[in-house]
Amino acid sequence: MKEILELKDISAGYEQTTVLQGVNVAIREKDFIGIIGPNGGGKTTLLKVILGLIKPFSGKIVYHTSKQSLFGYLPQNSKFDARFPISVKEVVMSGLMSEKGIFRSYTKADRVKVEEILEKYGMGEYKNRSIGELSGGQMQRVFLCRAIISSPKILILDEPSTYVDSNFEIEFYSLLKELNERMSIVMVSHDLGTICSYVKTIACVNRGLHYHESNLITPEQLKLYNCPIELISHGTVPHRVLLNHDKSIEN
Amino acid sequence: MFELLRYDFFQNAILCTILIGVSCGLIGTYIVAKRMVFISGGITHASFGGLGLAYFLGLSPLFGAAVFALAAAFCILYLSDNKRFKEDSLIGIFWSAGMAIGVLFIYLTPGYAPNLLSYLFGNILTVTGEQVILSGVLCLAIILFFAKFYRPLFYVAFDKEYSRTHFVALNGLEVGITALIALCIVVCMKLAGIILVISYLTMPQAIAGMFYKNFTKQLVLSTIVSCGGSIIGLFASAALKLPSGATIVLCFLLIFIVCYVLRRRK
Repeated sequence: MKEILELKDISAGYEQTTVLQGVNVAIREKDFIGIIGPNGGGKTTLLKVILGLIKPFSGKIVYHTSKQSLFGYLPQNSKFDARFPISVKEVVMSGLMSEKGIFRSYTKADRVKVEEILEKYGMGEYKNRSIGELSGGQMQRVFLCRAIISSPKILILDEPSTYVDSNFEIEFYSLLKELNERMSIVMVSHDLGTICSYVKTIACVNRGLHYHESNLITPEQLKLYNCPIELISHGTVPHRVLLNHDKSIEN
Repeated sequence: MFELLRYDFFQNAILCTILIGVSCGLIGTYIVAKRMVFISGGITHASFGGLGLAYFLGLSPLFGAAVFALAAAFCILYLSDNKRFKEDSLIGIFWSAGMAIGVLFIYLTPGYAPNLLSYLFGNILTVTGEQVILSGVLCLAIILFFAKFYRPLFYVAFDKEYSRTHFVALNGLEVGITALIALCIVVCMKLAGIILVISYLTMPQAIAGMFYKNFTKQLVLSTIVSCGGSIIGLFASAALKLPSGATIVLCFLLIFIVCYVLRRRK
């Protein structure tokens, strides 16, 4: 598959603290990369470097494509003011800024597109509500619509399991599978069970990055990266049960 | 009271009040939505330093205030952006340092400074034709800026981090709106004075916020309240022979209380 972007020997962090060092990774078309690693290991920092939100201390990011509609981003905690006077419709519309830039105006077709996507994800009846009036799960659904409305080349998700409510969970992961046919997905998750079932490749991040060309997690990886495991059940969706962390390492 | 309308000075005052009303209605809605009220207070008070310095050097006080307001606005926004300084500390520094510089230079200037009081509390009745034109140009610039960049401006104000992942020219947009905020504050000082400017940027917006939770509707209603309240206040001040700036602010307060009571009774 064709590469979309490449991180070359990236070191990054905050002020004087280096969180990531010597990271090399490429994101290719239709990738579904699961990022795992301990807390403070640099998972979110890696996402922010990829997104261009943090300038790396050293190394470079090579883009093999135009930056227009490159990313759709679903943050773990969106930093926004819940009392900001913005409607659900407008929040989703803001996802089109990448293709519009700051000069091009928004058309009726854009408004139709927004309404269609909200309808598709069960948020149609809330389109005129203020974003602050929604529940946490509803808000995240709206932010997911914002992230995918421009059909980005790469969809980046930070810990989706923390905000996807149980009603939406099954739907959410099958949706990701569907989206993956059109776009690459990079997902940070503590939820190793989910990672295994859906992702194609795994990147373990703990200051450095170790890339696995499969979605199988071996005891060696767990030992090396001290990745936390939670046992989860997916209800009617086929699922796999992983061994306890300690047992799998012993094995 | 209406015979005042025959006089040039009062016509100028009304025209200027409307222009400033529109400017503050638009800029204020952005400031309130983005929770920049305290920053605006800092910029306003910092401009007093420029005013004093210009007075000392024999330049136009408005020009000096504009230079200091612009410098303070960009310094506060950019220094707090790189996270080395806390935003509220920076505001405190610019707020007090600006006032200190202003006081010092006025003290050093020989003679009495009668006009300076009008910059502290505002006096729209002394506005000149030139200042009306200046307010008109600024008002037009603000209207055009909002008309052209309404959506990106609004989206960035809502979620800057997300907007940055789109790789669009956010810096240009921020420079534009920051400059307009600073200049709007300086022009408004003629009407309300340094001490009362903040009310023009917050009270009409608070009133509009009671009725609408939609940014566009808030923009329109706060502009209407801002213009309407200022005109009513101006006539009331002329009729009752009271200072215009303070009367207009109290007029906003009255509208606020009436609207609040009406909303509560609903």
